Amino acid sequence: MAGMCPYGRFTHAVVRGIPETFGRAWEGGESGVDLAKAQRQFGVLTGALRQKMGLQLIVIPPDPELPESWRVEDLAVVQGDTALITRPFRQQRRSEAEAVRRVVSELNLSVVEMGAEEGGSAGATLEGSDVLFTGREFFVGISSHTNHRGAEVLADTFKDFAVSTVPVCGGSRLKNICSMGGPDTIIISNSNGAKKTLHMMEQLTDHHYEVLTVPEDAAANCVYVRGPSKQDFLLHRPPDECPDSAPAFQKLTDYTLLPTACSEASKLGASLSSFCLLINRKPHF
Amino acid sequence: MTTEVGSETEVKKEPEKEKGEEPAPTADAQPTDSPAPEQENQEVAAPSENTTPEAPEATTPEKKKEEEKEKEGPVKEKGISRFLPPWLKKQKSQTQVTPKEATPLETTPTDGGVATVEGEEEKAEPEQEVGETSPPVEPPVENQEVNGVEVEEREEVKSEEGEKEESHSTGSADTQPAKEEKEECVEKGAEESKPPEEGEQEKEEEAKEEKKEEDKSCKPEGHSILKSPLKLTKKMKVAMCHVMMLDGTKFPCEVEKRAKGQILFFKVCEHLNLLEKDYFGLSYRDNADQKCWLDPTKEIKRQIRNNNWQFSFNVKFYPPDPSQLTEDITRYLLCLQLREDISSGRLPCSFVTHALLGSYSLQAELGDHDSDESRLPDYVSDFTFGSAQGKEMEEKVVELHKSHRGMTPAQADAQFLENAKKLSMYGVDLHHAKDSEGVDIMLGVCSSGLLIYKDRLRINRFAWPKILKISYKRNNFYIKIRPGEMEQFESTVGFKLPSHRAAKRVWKVCVEHHTFFRLTAPEQPPKAKFLTLGSKFRYSGRTQAQSRQASSLIDRPAPYFQRTSSKRISRSLDGAPVINVTDADSGPPFSSTPGENGHDPALELNSDSKKTPPRTDLTLPDLKDVSKQAEVEVEETVVIQEVRKTPKLPCPTPELVVTAAVETEQPPQEVEPKVNQEAIQEVEPEVNQEVNEEANPEVKEETRRASMSSESESEEEAEYHPQVEVNTSVNQIREEPEEEEREEKEDQEELKQEEDQEELKQEEQEEDQEEEKQEEQKEEEEKKEEHEVEPEPSELPEPQLPIVETDQSPAVVLASEAVPVAEEEGNTDDPMMTPEEAPNGHVHPQDPAHSEGLPGLVALEEEEVEPRVNGETERHQPQVICCSEPPVVKTEMVTISDTFAAQKTEIATKEVPIVHTETKTITYEAAQLDGGADGEPGVLMTAQTITSESLCTTTTTHITKTLKGGLSETRIEKRIVITGDSDIDHDQALAQAIKEAKEQHPDMSVTRVVVHKETELEEEGEGGEN
Repeated sequence: MAGMCPYGRFTHAVVRGIPETFGRAWEGGESGVDLAKAQRQFGVLTGALRQKMGLQLIVIPPDPELPESWRVEDLAVVQGDTALITRPFRQQRRSEAEAVRRVVSELNLSVVEMGAEEGGSAGATLEGSDVLFTGREFFVGISSHTNHRGAEVLADTFKDFAVSTVPVCGGSRLKNICSMGGPDTIIISNSNGAKKTLHMMEQLTDHHYEVLTVPEDAAANCVYVRGPSKQDFLLHRPPDECPDSAPAFQKLTDYTLLPTACSEASKLGASLSSFCLLINRKPHF
Repeated sequence: MTTEVGSETEVKKEPEKEKGEEPAPTADAQPTDSPAPEQENQEVAAPSENTTPEAPEATTPEKKKEEEKEKEGPVKEKGISRFLPPWLKKQKSQTQVTPKEATPLETTPTDGGVATVEGEEEKAEPEQEVGETSPPVEPPVENQEVNGVEVEEREEVKSEEGEKEESHSTGSADTQPAKEEKEECVEKGAEESKPPEEGEQEKEEEAKEEKKEEDKSCKPEGHSILKSPLKLTKKMKVAMCHVMMLDGTKFPCEVEKRAKGQILFFKVCEHLNLLEKDYFGLSYRDNADQKCWLDPTKEIKRQIRNNNWQFSFNVKFYPPDPSQLTEDITRYLLCLQLREDISSGRLPCSFVTHALLGSYSLQAELGDHDSDESRLPDYVSDFTFGSAQGKEMEEKVVELHKSHRGMTPAQADAQFLENAKKLSMYGVDLHHAKDSEGVDIMLGVCSSGLLIYKDRLRINRFAWPKILKISYKRNNFYIKIRPGEMEQFESTVGFKLPSHRAAKRVWKVCVEHHTFFRLTAPEQPPKAKFLTLGSKFRYSGRTQAQSRQASSLIDRPAPYFQRTSSKRISRSLDGAPVINVTDADSGPPFSSTPGENGHDPALELNSDSKKTPPRTDLTLPDLKDVSKQAEVEVEETVVIQEVRKTPKLPCPTPELVVTAAVETEQPPQEVEPKVNQEAIQEVEPEVNQEVNEEANPEVKEETRRASMSSESESEEEAEYHPQVEVNTSVNQIREEPEEEEREEKEDQEELKQEEDQEELKQEEQEEDQEEEKQEEQKEEEEKKEEHEVEPEPSELPEPQLPIVETDQSPAVVLASEAVPVAEEEGNTDDPMMTPEEAPNGHVHPQDPAHSEGLPGLVALEEEEVEPRVNGETERHQPQVICCSEPPVVKTEMVTISDTFAAQKTEIATKEVPIVHTETKTITYEAAQLDGGADGEPGVLMTAQTITSESLCTTTTTHITKTLKGGLSETRIEKRIVITGDSDIDHDQALAQAIKEAKEQHPDMSVTRVVVHKETELEEEGEGGEN
């Protein structure tokens, strides 16, 4: 079909700066985050996206009123030329979508809204960090932030693809325990909860994926981009943050590994992929 | 069936005339024939073992010929319709065309035998043809037989020949075309012809289907069998079918009212010039407006129920990789189906994909975008598949269309499919259901397995390798899941469907998809068990693997076909024969493409028939009688006696049920009459419901296992073991060489399919374990046991095959050691009765027809006895046969007894002069293995009589338990009286009754079937009792 191509081809990355209110609104109360460190890490990340991976970077300025707005991954699901603007679980975050909506519109993506607060999709919540797109299909983690209704809206939006729901255990998000590590590779944590999720994914899919298992949950979240000349780039947590998982990444031969620190964001339950929204604006056909 | 003989003959004449009108095709065919053989030879790599088939045919006695002719006649027709002979393509197309469009189905060119059935004509024709062209051709064909595919090809060839012959319409009825197709055609013929014949034919077909693979080697025999003298001409009632084609046109087509689905399907395929037809099917809307697939092996009339002969031609199995299809025309049809799927919403896709697919369609239909063409936009709307986003979509389509410049129609179709196949819902057949908690879900059946959707979300998926068993009961649908790595026990997942029919529909679709996509060859339907519960349905067509193999042999120039846009102009003419002719003509003459045509189950069946000539013997006389009787009201009585002997039962008491597990473990009795099996299979599930049989209390437990109530719901349940089948069958079946081969093939297939052989082993082990478990858990036990048992029964019948050779004049009495005392007249004309059929274990119940000829009493005795010496079969027979005869009426009694394979040789055939009788009694007895039991009166433990009535049937069940020596024997005698006019399909009713009986008492065997037919209203005397 039109949108079907191997995972990893991206042209743009949308990010949003870290506001000084970083970490303040986090549900868990005092998180002890280091704002300056977080901003440094953000800078490293965006630098890698732009300079190493060669993506066009679109940076949305931070808004102090929206302390979590840097988690742009949650705000939209983009596949092909369609962007679904999500409805985050928490009311306070829903205004974050406005800036993202503007950006994707400027990129000439066809924008799909989840719908009015009331009506057909009422009650639907969906966050991008619960959505794993493999290039062939969607897995939507049913978590504390994403429900079935939200997944249904996603399925309605991306009709070409199978949309499967999988349970996410332990109150985390789907992408906290897994991510794409290549066109046909899923990187997933070795925890029991993740195993359950993986098992379900394997049962639900028609396709066979390679699975790279990492011992630490945090290490399972990576950002994979396939460069224009077919290089494989992988942003992953550095050895000092995930010491046990370093050997696992070495199995990815011929990859350009980009260890990227994410310690502050991870204190807020986020990870590398949370920072960026990856978009492919090259026509596929 | 019975009453309208006179009119039928007239009707037939007409069709013949029609055929006569179109002699031209035949002429064409002749020239083409010569090339055909060559092609075949080329195709066939393997040496031909079966080179002799024709010769035997020629040699066969006239009697056989006659009988055969009857069969053949119809068969040929089928064959014709079915197979487009590669070489004769033109001919076929022409012939086909004529029947379809111009006039009722079968128009025969010449009226050599005025009243003669088509079959006759065909036969006659074959002779000529054979003389002319066939001799050279046939040998190559035979060679092909070695390979399964080849065999099919050969059949096709024959059919082609048959067609040619038909076209020639030579008056000679004596010719003995050895065409196997005939058998296939038999179906047609059967339908057309008298009911009994039909039944037989059907049986044969079924058997053939089942054995196809196995018997391929045997085909030569089949030829001989097939050859038979002309049948009686029967008038055919013709029904007008309207088939909605994928391009939106309607294809009017006439078929005989009793025609099977296959016939219509083949006509449609011929009309389309489609060879890779295995992916397609005909569907109809049932009373609930649900889309149902027309079962090719069943009579159309019995499926559609309403008189609305409206069908649509659709893709049934969506090839996961359309690029592997051989012909562009096939891909084109798939494209048309997908366009329809998209526009109807069945195949959702995104805007962009929608536009892309539309642009490819545009390219395929109209060629390169013409920027100057102002009218384009009008056309474009036709290629947006009903998209709601009209304008925007059209613009996108046009934009994309421009990028396809230079793409040929075939390339555009290929691109269309490459994109469409990736859609997640491609090829997913959705069914509404509820899960165990009552939540609405959708079951999606596809090539890879079963998908579970909630709304649009995929919430679960069961790949075929994960599924151990598929079953349904009432409106519940169950799948048993192979335990995962972490799990110890398999789990069963149940779904609730809106209705029993819906549950069965899902089950059938699953069985078909699994077989088509996962197996190299269709599984044989569950066999012999008489008392087995549930539908015996199995997919009998070609599998994808077989289809691919066959299509790889397609060697014809790409056929010309019109795409919809180009058809617009001529649409109004679609119905007209002329158009078809042109299509056919447009294509270069067919080169031999045996493989594709050969597919049909019928071909396979033919091989079986070869093995089992006896059937043919039985048929003729009955038919005649039937026709005579037809007008009179008929009562049919089915008596089913079931005798169960269990080795020392700890509990002599009626509650023998406990032993059920043990019994099941034991191999099922081989003795079971094949006839019964066939009949049972043929019976439509629904019908069964009508007939109420009350199971004996003792039996109940067994039945219970199956989860069936003693009630007549027999078809409400059915099981299918996707993977297990192969393994188990292999183990069990090996005894017969043919089967072994087949099984081995299957094994190989599975090995291929399965990643590891080890897995297979594991599966087997698991199965075994399961079985054990089941035994422990009687409740759960149902069908696994059946599985195990099945293979054996099938085996048994085959050994009997030697009997077939005995084919003799219509009346043949197969009496194993014992000759039925009661026989008043030793005519065993009933094809149904032949043991041979049984082995085949036809999956399809369609053909109640067997019994049709014999409206009367059918007594089925089922015994489960531990296999022993054959000697004592006799005891059952004599008693049972008693028939009350109305004063005026003559009575025929036919007794057939089955003995074990070993005993088969002993079977004596008797020829009895055919006597017209108003009352007919046919007794079928299975040989009883137990030597000692016969004489012993035993101790009567319990006796019970239950009576139930339904619309036109009265069922009386006598259950007696006796204790003989160390064995307890349970005998169930069921007497079913079917009362009604000729309108009632007695055969069907009979078949149902038998089937039900089997289903209800899987552990028991049918030892005797007595069919008593009375034209007068007087009640039959009694079925015999043992």
